Amino acid sequence: MRSAIDRKLRKILSEVLGLKPGQADDFTSKTGLFGALPELDSMAVAGLLTEMEDRLDIVIDEDEIDAEIFETYGSLLDFAIAKQADA
Amino acid sequence: MKAEAYPCPLPGGAAASELALVFDRDRAKRVLVAPALFDEATRMRRFTVEVMRRLDGAGLDCFLPDLPGCNESEQDLALVEPEDWRMALEAAARHFGATHVLAIRGGGLLLPPKLPGWHYAPVKGSSLIRTLLRARIIASREAGVDEDAATVMDQGLSLGLDLAGYALSGEMLRQLDQALPPRRADLIPLDQETIGGGALWLRAEPDEDPAQADALAAIVSMALAA
Repeated sequence: MRSAIDRKLRKILSEVLGLKPGQADDFTSKTGLFGALPELDSMAVAGLLTEMEDRLDIVIDEDEIDAEIFETYGSLLDFAIAKQADA
Repeated sequence: MKAEAYPCPLPGGAAASELALVFDRDRAKRVLVAPALFDEATRMRRFTVEVMRRLDGAGLDCFLPDLPGCNESEQDLALVEPEDWRMALEAAARHFGATHVLAIRGGGLLLPPKLPGWHYAPVKGSSLIRTLLRARIIASREAGVDEDAATVMDQGLSLGLDLAGYALSGEMLRQLDQALPPRRADLIPLDQETIGGGALWLRAEPDEDPAQADALAAIVSMALAA
């Protein structure tokens, strides 16, 4: 399940960041997101969350949205996996 | 391509003049393009016009109206309701003699009922509102202000709300939050898989993709050439 979520999350991030196919494969759990990528502003993060809900079939409560989730690719993936386990 | 005004009804019977981007050479097949909404309108604008250039090249006239309160409009967005946008699209369809419609994303929530056509990447109104609301909450938290989404939305429904730079009336929030893509036999939904490539409305920076514009224009022009 982890690998399926991982694959979907990389695809969503590719679309948000406009990466070429395969480029998101280079993300590691330590790759910085919010704060490290200037184009990832509040609007882009909001779009990312809504798309994660649609494609991963999860519901994200606004109270759960925390800057730490978006700090690295690893933290975002952990969050998505935990959400899907709840679903 | 040129900009041309169309008469747009105002509440109370008056009319305002709104602009539309038009490719008009008096051809028989005439496509009204219903634009994406809010931040997505900006990110989808270039793609939308690129599709229109291709439709023009394929022998189709097409029209992209400004919605009241957006782009060059003189109307105050804070006073606009979804019904005003629906009436604007209807007025533009009438003025330009549209025979078909191509709706992009949230533009499909506002369609005049009579035109057959396509709805690219349909989206629920509630998803658009939720994303805008989230952007505001995230930006507020970054600025050290802790806002609660439900409280902000409740206030917005009575007083109107500034979301991501868009001043939205309570009525706009209420109606859009309930708006669903129309399910009509003569309005064909086209999902992103059909077009291929990554969703441009998600892009953090506005971008373009000629292959996607080719794909969408091909679907419309081949259907209308038949």
